[in-house]
Amino acid sequence: MHAAVVVFPGSNCDRDMAVALERAGAKVSMVWHKDTSMPAGVDLIGVPGGFSFGDYLRCGAIAANSPICQAVKAHAEAGGYVLGICNGFQILTETGMLPGVLLRNAGLKYVCRAVGLRVATDQSAYTSGYAKGAEITVPIAHHDGNYHADTATLDRLEAEDRVAFTYADNPNGSARDIAGILSENRRVLGMMPHPERMSEAAHGGTDGAALFAGLAAQLVSA
Amino acid sequence: MKARVHIMLKNGVLDPQGEAVRHALGSLGFEGVHGVRQGKVIELDLAEGATEADVTAMCEKLLANTVIESYTVEMS
Repeated sequence: MHAAVVVFPGSNCDRDMAVALERAGAKVSMVWHKDTSMPAGVDLIGVPGGFSFGDYLRCGAIAANSPICQAVKAHAEAGGYVLGICNGFQILTETGMLPGVLLRNAGLKYVCRAVGLRVATDQSAYTSGYAKGAEITVPIAHHDGNYHADTATLDRLEAEDRVAFTYADNPNGSARDIAGILSENRRVLGMMPHPERMSEAAHGGTDGAALFAGLAAQLVSA
Repeated sequence: MKARVHIMLKNGVLDPQGEAVRHALGSLGFEGVHGVRQGKVIELDLAEGATEADVTAMCEKLLANTVIESYTVEMS
């Protein structure tokens, strides 16, 4: 698997994501936001967490309009894989690659702690390493993670089995406890929790590692 | 020329910040505040000849997220 991780001014989980992908066996290239194309042969693009452009205007709004995002969109439209974590999820919704939007947490507080997640589907490269219904522990760290979409969109996400993860105990007010969603072709995943921060024993847990391992397994054979 | 863009959360979208302001007003003794909605105002200093359509395009592309926000444009 060859992965590219996009770096914006204000990204702060880019290297964590790169390390998690490398540990799963990927070759990783870092790509700057002003670049206009991806390295040749990239299977997966990672859009990392952080505070791109200081969260100015709206979280992810300015990053979503940066030059590299055209290449990210083109990659997804050509059937490529894109993983957006935390601010990366916000950026993917701002580009329109995933439906809905992440609002300010219902409790107004920045929430930074490990939470229980339920694996809502095993039908994706990202979740193939988990059993459907499994409960895993992964940290969250966000102020704007309250997933919102209209009822028709939420119904469609559930009917199409596109909810990847739900919160066991909703920390931010997200509609239908949604923590992560998949695109229509199941190759774009956006999620607020940070699996890359729970992927080796020194992190205090390894529940996130299966996401990267599952991805590597599927993209090697592809 | 100048344009002023008002951006508000659409009706039905929860505004936790507005709710917090409402509670704060109540605890200060201001009674009868049934609701608070918080938005933003963006002022643009534009080249001569810019049109309302130009500003609308800016709103659609960047200034507002029309999934949750509505906007109005005022040219002056």
